[in-house]
Amino acid sequence: MAIESEVLVIGGGLAGITSALAAADAGADTRLVSYKQSTLRNASGLVDVLGYTPSGDGPVVDPFDAIPSLPDAHPYRTVGVDTVRDAMAFFDAHAPRYQGHHTDANALVPTHGGTVKPTARYPASAAAGLASDDRDTLLVGFETLPDFNADHAAAHLESAGVPFDVRGVTVPFPGDLRAGAKVTRYAGLLDANPQVSVDGTERPLRLALATRVADAAADADRVGFPAVLGDDDPAGVRDALADHLGAAVFEVPMGPPSLPGLRLSDHLFGALEAAGVRIETGNPVVDADTTAGGVETVYVEKNGARIPNSADEYVLATGGLVGKGIDSDRDAVYEPIFDCRIAHSDDRYAWFDDDAFGDHAFAQFGVRTDDTLRPRDDDGAAAHANLRAAGAVLGGYNFAAEHSGSGVSIATGYAAGTAAAEAIHDE
Amino acid sequence: MAQEPHVVVVGGGSTGAGVARDLAMRGLGVTLVEQGNLTHGTTGRMHGLLHSGGRYAVSDQASARECIIENRVLREIATHCVDETGGLFVKRPEDSEQYFQEKLAGCEACDIPTKVLSGAEARQLEPHLADDVEKAIWVPDAAIDPFRLVVANAASAQEHGARIETHSTVTDVVVEDGAVVGVEVEHATGAGKRVHGTEGGTEVIRADHVVNAAGAWAGRLGEMAGVDVEVRPSKGVMTVMNTRQVDTVVNRCRPKGDADIVVPHETTCILGTTDEEVADPEDYPEQQWEVDMVIDELAELIPMLDDARTVRSFWGVRPLYEPPDVDSDDPTDITRDYFLLAHDDRDDLPGMTTIVGGKLTTYRMMAEEITDHVCERLGVTADCRTADVALPGSADNTALDDYMTEFGLRSPVAQRSVDRLGSRAGSVLDTDDPNPTICACEAVTRAEIQDAIEQSGTDLNAVRIRTRATMGNCQGGFCAHRLANELHTAGYDDATVRASWDELLAERWRGQRHALWGDQLSQAMLSYALHATTQNRGHDPADADTEIDFTAFDAGPLAADGGPEGAHGN
Repeated sequence: MAIESEVLVIGGGLAGITSALAAADAGADTRLVSYKQSTLRNASGLVDVLGYTPSGDGPVVDPFDAIPSLPDAHPYRTVGVDTVRDAMAFFDAHAPRYQGHHTDANALVPTHGGTVKPTARYPASAAAGLASDDRDTLLVGFETLPDFNADHAAAHLESAGVPFDVRGVTVPFPGDLRAGAKVTRYAGLLDANPQVSVDGTERPLRLALATRVADAAADADRVGFPAVLGDDDPAGVRDALADHLGAAVFEVPMGPPSLPGLRLSDHLFGALEAAGVRIETGNPVVDADTTAGGVETVYVEKNGARIPNSADEYVLATGGLVGKGIDSDRDAVYEPIFDCRIAHSDDRYAWFDDDAFGDHAFAQFGVRTDDTLRPRDDDGAAAHANLRAAGAVLGGYNFAAEHSGSGVSIATGYAAGTAAAEAIHDE
Repeated sequence: MAQEPHVVVVGGGSTGAGVARDLAMRGLGVTLVEQGNLTHGTTGRMHGLLHSGGRYAVSDQASARECIIENRVLREIATHCVDETGGLFVKRPEDSEQYFQEKLAGCEACDIPTKVLSGAEARQLEPHLADDVEKAIWVPDAAIDPFRLVVANAASAQEHGARIETHSTVTDVVVEDGAVVGVEVEHATGAGKRVHGTEGGTEVIRADHVVNAAGAWAGRLGEMAGVDVEVRPSKGVMTVMNTRQVDTVVNRCRPKGDADIVVPHETTCILGTTDEEVADPEDYPEQQWEVDMVIDELAELIPMLDDARTVRSFWGVRPLYEPPDVDSDDPTDITRDYFLLAHDDRDDLPGMTTIVGGKLTTYRMMAEEITDHVCERLGVTADCRTADVALPGSADNTALDDYMTEFGLRSPVAQRSVDRLGSRAGSVLDTDDPNPTICACEAVTRAEIQDAIEQSGTDLNAVRIRTRATMGNCQGGFCAHRLANELHTAGYDDATVRASWDELLAERWRGQRHALWGDQLSQAMLSYALHATTQNRGHDPADADTEIDFTAFDAGPLAADGGPEGAHGN
C-alpha cells in the first residue's frame, strides 16, 4: 500500500521547501521527502536573486530590472519577473529574520574571503555589515578558526575599494576551545554564555569576548565576527556584544558548514511543520513508475526496502550536481529518478572551460522545461503531465557565476508548488 | 685556490638537487637555479615509483641493477620520503607465461629479491585484484614522494652552504674565450610572480663549471651555449584516484606497454601511463583518450577502478635522450638510461656538462657520477657521502615515536604530519600557538603550512608540494582560501596573496578537468560554487578594472530609514 498525498515534493533544499510551503499554503495535502543534509549548509546563508549577468556584467544593482533581458532558456524567464517578485515576497513572509526587502537594489555583503558579494536578501545578523554602509569597521577573527583571517579580509576589502576604514584583529576565543572545534561549537557556547576564565578572572563568555576586542574596537562604529554568533539565539548574542562594545555587531558569512545557512534551513523546516507538510528525511527516492498519464508512484529506499509513494502531483527538487539531482559517468549526464532528458555534449571535454572561473557547460546541466516547469522529453513536449521541476535540477543557468542560486530555487519552487496545488483544485 | 670552486647547477628537479647536494657536501660552492619551484619539471609530474628494478629486469638489466642498489640506498637516507609498499608483477590468463618466467629469471640475475605468489595469495595481499589473475611476482618496489625528496636534497645542499634560487630563469649561458664561465638569470618579481631568494632583476652568476640538469629543457640551455643537446620529450598521463584501492604497487607482467602500473601514493593511487613524443615540453595536448585508456586497461587488473572516483590527471614529460646515431622512431624504444655529455670533449666547449635521461630512482647515482666528473675537471679530490648521510627529515628515525608522545600526537592528523616531516617534526610542530588543521583531506596543520611558507616564499604551489595541502579529494575546494589566509599571516600583502591564490586555483583546476564526471564532477561543482559565490573570486572587485559605485547598492534598512549616525544615506 503506497504512502499517499496530493503533492509529493522530492528534495529538501530551498527549492523543495519553497515548493512544499507554496503547495501547502494553497491548500494541498503535501509530503516532502529528502535524502541528504540540505545543501543550505554549504551556502553562505545569503539569498541572492541575480548578482551578475550571464555575460559577466555586474555587480547588478537591480536584479528584477535585469531579469527580462536574460536568455529565453533561463528559469527566471520561464516563470517571469512578476512570479519572481511574488516568490520573494512569499519567502519574506516565511523568513522574518531576513532583510533587504525594503528595496529592489542588491546589497553588497562582505564575505569571509574579503570580497563583497551582491545579494538580494541577507540575514539580520549580516545587516550591520553591508559594504555600502560607510561606518568604520573592525573585523575580528579567532586564532583557532582558519576560515576567517580578519586582517587579510580587511586588507582585501580595502583592495576592493570599500567606502569605509576597515581593520582586522585576531584574538584567542575566550575559554579553552580546541583548534579543530566546529562552528556549531562556538555558536553553542555563545548561546549558553558560560563563565570562562580569562587571565585569572571569571566572566560570562560574551563579556569576556567583548573585553578581549574592546581596545581594538575603540574607534570602530561596527564590529564584524565570523558567522558563529549563536545558533538558537543569534540576536541575543549580537545584542549582548553590541552592548558591551558600544558598537553595532554583525556576522561575516562563511563557507561550509555555514551557520546562517543551517539557521535558515532549520527555520524553514519549522515553517513546513507549521504548515502541516509531512516530512520524511534521510532516505533517497530511487525509482519511479510512469505511464502515459504521468508519474504513478515513486519509490523511497529505506533500510533496503522500496517503499512506494503516490501522489497526484510531483515536484522534482533534488538539486543539481552538488545535491546529486543530476549525476554523470564518463559517457553521459543523467537525471537518476525519472531519467529526464539532460542536454549535454557527447564530448566530455566540452563539459568544462579551461579557466577555473570560465564559462563551464557543466554548471548549466539540468532538466529543461516547458513554461509550466514540466520537464521536456526528447520531442520537446512535457514528459509527464504531473511532474514539475524546481531549483538546481533545472538547467539553462549558471547559479555560481550569476549569483542566482537561491532566487531561482525560491522562484521556481514557488511556481512549481503553486501550480501543483492548482492542478489538484482543477481536477 | 683562494676560494673553493663555484658550480652553477641549472634545474631544480631530482637530478639538479641531487647534484647540488653532492657538490656542496664535497665542499664546493654551489648555486642552484630553477625557473619554477623545486620539482617544477618532470620530477614533480611522475607516479612516485621507487623502482625495485623489476620493470627493467628483462629489457635492460644494467638499469635494473642500478635500481635495486639505489632502492636500498634511498630506504636508508630518505626514509621519510619512502612508503615501503612492495610491488607485484601480475599475470592475467592472456599474458605470456614465457615472459613471466623471463621476468623472474631476470630479477634473480639482477639481485632483485622475488617471491612467486599464486592468484589466491596475491588476492590475499590485494583483495581488489581481478578474480582471474593467475599469479604474481612480489618485488621490493616502493612509493616515493618526489617533492619531499627534492626539497630534502635542496635543504641538505643549503645546510652545506649552497644557494638555492627558485623562480629564476636562465636567460643566457655566458661564454668567454671559448669556455662557459657562468649564466645570466632573470629573477622573478612583481605581484604576479612568486618570489623566493633574490627578488627581481637580472644577475650574471659566474661559475667555474655549469651543470645542465634542466631535463626536458636541457636542449634550450645547450642552445644558449651553442651546443646541440637533442632531448626527445615524451609525455605520459598519470591519473590520480581518490583512495588507495591497493596498498602494493601493481604492475602488469607483460613486455613494455601503456597503462600497466598502479602506484599507491599517500591517500591516493596513481595510474600510469602513456608514452608519446611531443615537440614542446611546455605545450602539448592533454587528451581524453589517455585518461580513458589507463582506467580501462588497469581495470583489467583491478576491476573496481572502472567506476572508481578519480580526482585529477596530470602529465609528465620524460626528458629522453638517445645518442644521435640510434634514431628510434617510437619513444618507447628510447632507452631510459642517462647520459653525461662532457661538452669539452664532445663539443670543444669547456666549463659545462649536461646530464640527460635517467629516472628518479637512480637520481643519487647520476648525481654522484656527474659530481665525480665535475670534481675531476676542477681538480678537486673529495669522496661522495650522499649514500651514507641521511637527508634532513630522515635523520635519527628512532626519534619519530618520541615526537608522537611529546606532542601528544596520537591523532590521525599528527600521524600524517610526522610521516611527512620525519625527523624535522619536532622543530616544525613545536608551537605554543593554536595549531588548527588547514587542509582536512590531507591532515595538514597551520604549523606545517607556515614552515613551508618560510621555506618557499610566496608560491602556494610550492607550499602544496611540501605539505600535500589541496591534494586530496576536494582539490583545494575547502582550503585554498585558508592557505591564502596563512600567506597573509606570514606577512605578504594582499595583492601578492591574491595572485598566489589565483595561481593555486588555476593549477588545481588544470588537473581536475580530466576527472569531471560522477562524484568528482559533483565535488568540482561544489568547489566552483564556494569559490565563485560565497567567496566571489570569479568577480573579485579587488581584481576588477572598474570601481564599484557603492552608493548605488542597499546600505541596509536602517540607512533607508535615516539610519545610525555615519551610515550611508544619512
